[in-house]
Amino acid sequence: MTVVTDAPKDAFRPSMLIYDTRYRSMTIQIVVLLLFMAGAAWLVDNIVKNLQTLGKDFSFAFLWYRAGYDINQTLIPYTNDSTHGRAMFVGLVNTILVSVMGCVSATIIGVFVGILRLSRNWLVGRIMTVYVETFRNVPLLLWILVALAVFTEITPAPNQFRVTEQMIAEGTEPEATMSFFDSIAITNRGTYVPAPEVSRSLGSFTILDVPISLNVLAFLVAVAIAVFGYRAIKAHASRVQEATGVRPVTWWKSLLMLLVPPVGLLVAMGFHLSYPELAGFNFKGGINVSNALMSLWLALTLYTAAFIAEIVRAGIMAISKGQTEAAFALGLRPGRTMNLIILPQALRVIIPPLISQYLNLMKNSSLAIAVSYMDLRGTLGGITLNQTGRELECILLMMLIYLALSLLISSAMNVYNNAVKLKER
Amino acid sequence: MSGLHAQTAPFVRDTMLPPEPPPAMQSGVVKWLRENLFSGWLNTILTVLGFVIIALLVQKFLPWFLHSVWDAGSISECRAIIEERWGPGAEGACWAVIRERWPQFLYGFYPAELYWRPVLAFGLLLIAIGPILFTQSQRAATSFITLVAALTFVSILALGQHNVLALVFVAALVAVQVFAPRRLMIFTLLYPAVGFWLLWGGSVWIPVVAVLGFVLGWLAFRLIQPAGGSILGAIAAVLVPVFWWLFAARLAAGALQGVVPLGIEAVRSDRFGGFVLALTIGVTGIGFSLPMGIVLALGRRSDMLLVKTLCVGFIEFIRGVPLITLLFTASLLLNYFLPPGTNFDIILRVIIMVTLFSAAYIAEVIRGGLAALPRGQYEAADALGLDYWKAQRLIIMPQALKISIPGIVSSFIGLFKDTTLVIFVGLLDPLKGITDAVRASIEWKGAYWEPYLFVGAIFWIICFSMSRYSMYLERLLKREHR
Repeated sequence: MTVVTDAPKDAFRPSMLIYDTRYRSMTIQIVVLLLFMAGAAWLVDNIVKNLQTLGKDFSFAFLWYRAGYDINQTLIPYTNDSTHGRAMFVGLVNTILVSVMGCVSATIIGVFVGILRLSRNWLVGRIMTVYVETFRNVPLLLWILVALAVFTEITPAPNQFRVTEQMIAEGTEPEATMSFFDSIAITNRGTYVPAPEVSRSLGSFTILDVPISLNVLAFLVAVAIAVFGYRAIKAHASRVQEATGVRPVTWWKSLLMLLVPPVGLLVAMGFHLSYPELAGFNFKGGINVSNALMSLWLALTLYTAAFIAEIVRAGIMAISKGQTEAAFALGLRPGRTMNLIILPQALRVIIPPLISQYLNLMKNSSLAIAVSYMDLRGTLGGITLNQTGRELECILLMMLIYLALSLLISSAMNVYNNAVKLKER
Repeated sequence: MSGLHAQTAPFVRDTMLPPEPPPAMQSGVVKWLRENLFSGWLNTILTVLGFVIIALLVQKFLPWFLHSVWDAGSISECRAIIEERWGPGAEGACWAVIRERWPQFLYGFYPAELYWRPVLAFGLLLIAIGPILFTQSQRAATSFITLVAALTFVSILALGQHNVLALVFVAALVAVQVFAPRRLMIFTLLYPAVGFWLLWGGSVWIPVVAVLGFVLGWLAFRLIQPAGGSILGAIAAVLVPVFWWLFAARLAAGALQGVVPLGIEAVRSDRFGGFVLALTIGVTGIGFSLPMGIVLALGRRSDMLLVKTLCVGFIEFIRGVPLITLLFTASLLLNYFLPPGTNFDIILRVIIMVTLFSAAYIAEVIRGGLAALPRGQYEAADALGLDYWKAQRLIIMPQALKISIPGIVSSFIGLFKDTTLVIFVGLLDPLKGITDAVRASIEWKGAYWEPYLFVGAIFWIICFSMSRYSMYLERLLKREHR
């Protein structure tokens, strides 16, 4: 006769809460929850008490008060009569501006440097290694300060660009000249770049006091149409190739499709550049990009590009040489090998760390404090905080905004990552 | 047959010809140049471009370096000397600012007669981590420690602050390493207290009492574990020291100081600056963020929903905000979060924030390492009947940490570079704080490049050696593909 032994059905004992793995995790979680709640209650209690002692309340009403300070570089209309809320918004736009500019330029430079570092050219490889190691191993703050010193100490003053009658008569050159075919003036009072202008404007409309130019919108729509058409042509070519085995020649069609809508629109609107010109003691016309923005942008670009270069290099090195050889064996040309075989695989390795570099760049842009560029930290976490004395609200709000930005960037990039990543079964 | 052969093959060479040298195009410098610099039109263009860039840089900066002045009292004197020597309009580096102000860059406003203390603390730090840095090789550890000890000797003697006791202590540590290497780990464990005491000074009893807390915890564990089991023992080992530090330690230190007054001159936190500050924050942050990162990573991979949620929330929050906002929290908001009337040292607050910041990043790196381990490793640990902590300690962590070494070290480098941000909460970091302080004096107003170069070079050396060490460690620990 077989004896069936069941697991012993003991009565529940308190010690099982600790020693029985079935209950232990429950016990731990309850203890953690209690500790967490006690900690949170302690913090909130302290905050309430401290606010009482200081005679302050917790309110965001100050966001609707008059700010009373000027911001020298704004993308949206702002005067010192505007509210603190609007100043915060201006700061946020400035943060986004420098982050986007930095991400674009850092990616371009980083990809170039990363590829050149793998070059078989000994000299170029060494130069790129020196660049990467120099920029990676020194604090970003140093590069920002150096860039600021370069822009404020070394660049010429606007009046050094002056060409007087006497100089023409003597045939001497002015002390400083504009770069890029007389279009950009780098001075110690900021960099003047040509401003895009249209002669037949479509006008603009405002949402929430923010004017939105119809010209820009129309241009974006034209670009979207161009990209859409380009992809349609590609898809059509692929369908024909699937059906007949011959890929139709599409390069001129794609080129036309990409160029005609935006360029046509620009011509129709009468697009032209307004160049900066020396008038009196300073330049007039064009856009004045402040030295703060220029130095922050330059430093963020060069610093982040060094990291992106390493990521790109690692990504390309992760693809085994066999892949290239197999592509060549299939008879693919080097260009197509890169496009069809290497890049899709390398991108999978490159994109996740690239996302975190973009996030780092956005967070590092808060070092604008070193050059007094009015970003989110400069407005909300700087002057607004000092004027209103509401440290708690300002810093919490600033953290929340940065957090939201981070989450936004990372989710947007994750969508892209999911599009290119390996589709497994 | 042989005759026939002799007719058809009248000559057979039986000695080797001396080898001909390869054609000039296929050997030596020419070949190397052809392969590495001029292998195609694109490469040729790149090479020429590279040379042009180097030539431009050299033309721009070499005169500046060649016209260096080391001996001058002020920047205007420097410029006068350069003009006099190299003609009007010549520009040159004025290293005199470094020569005169280097103590500020290194020690901030630390009292000049006590410079030996930070030097000794730094030397002892290197000695303390020597056995950890070179676990694999006894000889490497010994030579490293001897070298560090010698350098510490020389530096302290060069400062002219002969502290015989300090020198004897360093020598004793070297002797310990030579004769009983394992015992040096005791000093490594004690180092945080020693380093703290050397830097801040004050009564010797404060660090002693703090260390006593750990001893009490260990004693509590040993006493309670046989009777109450290891879980109660662990709880006691946590609670006893916490109670000791919170309630009894201050009294005990005061009482001991009253009975046996023993101490060195105390240095206030606002005297800290320069690389002493950067290294204090950096090293403490590195030391504490690694264990905290491990705990956070384990929490994030835990099965317990609540623990996991808390860890994910913490990590993602910290990683989503810039360090500056956290530093501002430390400097501006702490008096909101703490009970009214509490006020503690700004350096300590910054260290806490930097540690939390770095721990979140390290947690993510270690999580990557944990995820990269094959599932079989976890199952094998379960099959051996190891409990959670034993499995982590013996099977999982050694492998996961090995995978994550590059990431961890680059987090450390990032942390060390981020110590420069403390200037924005009013601490004198070497990069901006001290440089601005030096430039604020009349003599050195306008000295931009030399201080930046000097500070940047020191940062570069430290960060670069950290990254090289991580590569060395990676090679050393590589088990596969031998």
